[in-house]
Amino acid sequence: MVLEFREAGIYCPAADAYIDPWRPVARALITHGHSDHARAGHGSYLATRAAAPVMRHRLGDIRLATLPYGEVLRIGDARVSFHPAGHVPGSAQIRIEVAGEVWVVSGDYKTVADGLSEAFEPVACHAFISECTFGLPIYDWPSEAVLAQQINGWWAETRARGQTAVLGVYALGKAQRVLRLLDPGIGPILTHGAIEATNAVLRGQGIALPDTVAVAPGLDLAACRGAMVLAPPSALGSAWMRRFGPVSTGIASGWMQLRGVRRRRGADRGFVMSDHADWAGLNAAIAATGAERVFVTHGYTAPFARWLGEQGYEAGIVATEFGGEALDLPEVEPDPDRDTRNDTDPPLAARQSAP
Amino acid sequence: MKEFAALYTALDQTTRTSAKTAALAAYFASAPEADRLWTVALLSGRRPRRSITTSRLRLWAAERAGIPTWLFETCYPVVGDLSETIALILPPPQTRIEASLSDWIADLRALDGADDAKRRDFVLRAWDGLDPTQRFIFNKLITGGWRMGVSQKLMTRALAQATGIDEAELTHRLMGDWSPDTTTWQGLIAAPDPQAALSRPYPFALAHQLDLAPDALGPVTDWLAEDKWDGIRGQLIRRGGSHHLWSRGEELMTDRFPELATLAQALPDGTVIDGEVLAWDHRAAHPLAFARLQPRIARKSVPARLLAEAPVIMMAYDLLEWEGRDLRAQPFAQRRAGLAQLLGGLADGVALRLSPALGAPDWAGLATLRAQARARGAEGLMLKRLDAPYRMGRHRGDMWKWKLDPLTIDAVMIYAQAGSGRRATLYTDFTFAVRDGAGFVPFAKAYSGLSDAEFRAITAWVRQHTTDRFGPVRAVRPELVFEIAFEGIQASPRHKSGVALRFPRMARWRRDKPVAEVASLDDLKAMLAQYG
Ligand SMILES: [Zn+2]
Ligand SMILES: [Zn+2]
Repeated sequence: MVLEFREAGIYCPAADAYIDPWRPVARALITHGHSDHARAGHGSYLATRAAAPVMRHRLGDIRLATLPYGEVLRIGDARVSFHPAGHVPGSAQIRIEVAGEVWVVSGDYKTVADGLSEAFEPVACHAFISECTFGLPIYDWPSEAVLAQQINGWWAETRARGQTAVLGVYALGKAQRVLRLLDPGIGPILTHGAIEATNAVLRGQGIALPDTVAVAPGLDLAACRGAMVLAPPSALGSAWMRRFGPVSTGIASGWMQLRGVRRRRGADRGFVMSDHADWAGLNAAIAATGAERVFVTHGYTAPFARWLGEQGYEAGIVATEFGGEALDLPEVEPDPDRDTRNDTDPPLAARQSAP
Repeated sequence: MKEFAALYTALDQTTRTSAKTAALAAYFASAPEADRLWTVALLSGRRPRRSITTSRLRLWAAERAGIPTWLFETCYPVVGDLSETIALILPPPQTRIEASLSDWIADLRALDGADDAKRRDFVLRAWDGLDPTQRFIFNKLITGGWRMGVSQKLMTRALAQATGIDEAELTHRLMGDWSPDTTTWQGLIAAPDPQAALSRPYPFALAHQLDLAPDALGPVTDWLAEDKWDGIRGQLIRRGGSHHLWSRGEELMTDRFPELATLAQALPDGTVIDGEVLAWDHRAAHPLAFARLQPRIARKSVPARLLAEAPVIMMAYDLLEWEGRDLRAQPFAQRRAGLAQLLGGLADGVALRLSPALGAPDWAGLATLRAQARARGAEGLMLKRLDAPYRMGRHRGDMWKWKLDPLTIDAVMIYAQAGSGRRATLYTDFTFAVRDGAGFVPFAKAYSGLSDAEFRAITAWVRQHTTDRFGPVRAVRPELVFEIAFEGIQASPRHKSGVALRFPRMARWRRDKPVAEVASLDDLKAMLAQYG
């Protein structure tokens, strides 16, 4: 086996390295900077060059080596390379070749270009380990153009009513993607501290983002009535929100596809926007690898594996700890709240949301 | 269906009542009359008869989406709504069918009697010509179960805004058994036909739960106290030579209670009485347990055996119409005096009794009478202000329920099941047990009384502590303790525990209590002996 599934994570014996391990290990290959994939406490880290600044920002002083997309590094008997996953800036699928056999670990991925993340590239392989967060046919994402129209339309209406729009988005990836969709002609764009910190890191590595104003003490909020505020989903409905006066709240997440979840979250509007592939995206990505064996993780694994089996793949389930959720989903959908943990930066968020 | 879909989207995208009312009012002012009428019908719970079974819909939707039926059935509980599941899994539409809401409904009803192939063909064509929101609505027209976040009250307010007709008057016009087949927008709302009004009930006056000390209500002499009877609230109408019995849910119950027919014949035309239908023990002059009434609610026609086992009477509360005159503006004292006079003139043995007034010189005296209510077969007292008019809905200060405190018992959860609708993604339906020797015996099911946050926490716990599965039901480790509140307890040989509870619900999640402290079957039996 090129890869094995161990207690600490997905392990490559030939390289003596783990991919996105969830227990401390000596050598970790990291697909991207979200906190359920890039955890603290490993001896050394290897990631893409574009993922490095966010990882340093979140994990502090770590031993981190980087590799440009597509470049092959020999580790032990394995040939390791990173390929764009389209999930967030710097995110990668990890390709590992040992004695001519190729396995690819998808990490989190999205097949549709968002104008921000490096566009997803299918990688031919014998075995593919795919996430399936949204691995049911009820998930079908609208285009970026439709999302831009919906979000800007909501913002303009909210502003016309004299209210402020507050949109819940994750700090890394989703926030910047929304920023690029927003029409700055409508009004000022404000950001929660957790999001502004990530913006600063990404701007620092040359990613162009529109102007934003961090919400900080001393900011003249009366002058910002009618603004768009981007905040982590956990800030919605918190004491932090009170400063804005009358607001309309929105959440941008793939879970918003479902009316029941939209209503349960209690936001005024839900926008169906995800950093993960939808049903069609997952199926297309898997087909494009040409793999015969597919292991699924992260989401609706049992039905998705069964579906792949019926499509002629040799399909299995990898029990992982990504997202910190039990793989027990057939009747009850995963709690959308859990993604908050993946993507907000805990120390910063805590500091910024203190009154 | 474009206008209706836009209305649906507008309602779905806001939680503000004012925005919902405005969206509805705009729709009622502009949509075609036939569509408006159907919208009023749908939002007041009148749906077209189901012409296609849901099992067929599921099958065809899976086929059209190119997925196996097991995968469809996996998606359904995740979404929690069949119409929405179908709308989500279907491929994008290939054509665009422009037809109004009422056209779609007419087409659906034309399928009555059509063969399966024809129905399938119609449904697949519709799915292929509608966008996802319109598909969802189309599916809802077939499956029913509208929940657009709009109460009938809100709908009526919007209708009042759009038409300029008084809200109370509109509420009255919308009561009764009309359907878009039997009436028109003009006939129902704009210029109602007086003949159609003959069977129409008045909107019910409802009571608030008393949430303050009764002496805050002022002098006890301003009030009339009665027992709070536990039956089916109803309105008995005698007009134009026939009679009608309506439930509070605006269901016509006339045929279910033939005993009331002779009574109605004894009443003069132009009489409307508000009261409670009770199963009655004529010898003891005492109500039978509500459970005895239940089989009579369940069936539309009544076998003689049931008539003998659970005869009903109407316990009269109020006189709303007399000699064809609407008395609702009169003070309650005057209406009640009229009612007493009317009943006094009836022959003995008719199935109508005046709900007795309970007199006491002060509130403390009434409190004593309330404490004895269970012995009279009642759930507590009703307090009615003597000078109040009969106003529709809950009007604070006119009428109060002063219920007995519920009975409670601590029990352990042993089974959990996901809820439905908004709570389809949470475990909310639980079965509770009491101790029986070394084991547990189930005795009640409950699904309400906790907050969403508590249900979320319990859902996470259930996932981690499942010991067995039976279809959608999970057996869990008997560890979580709840205080179960209920209104009454009766012997029931059908239940393993030997008892049946009335209105069980979760009063509290007792995180502080270990399972060793839950009640035993003997405790339950002692309650049965005392209150059953
Ligand atoms: Zn991620
Ligand atoms: Zn992840």
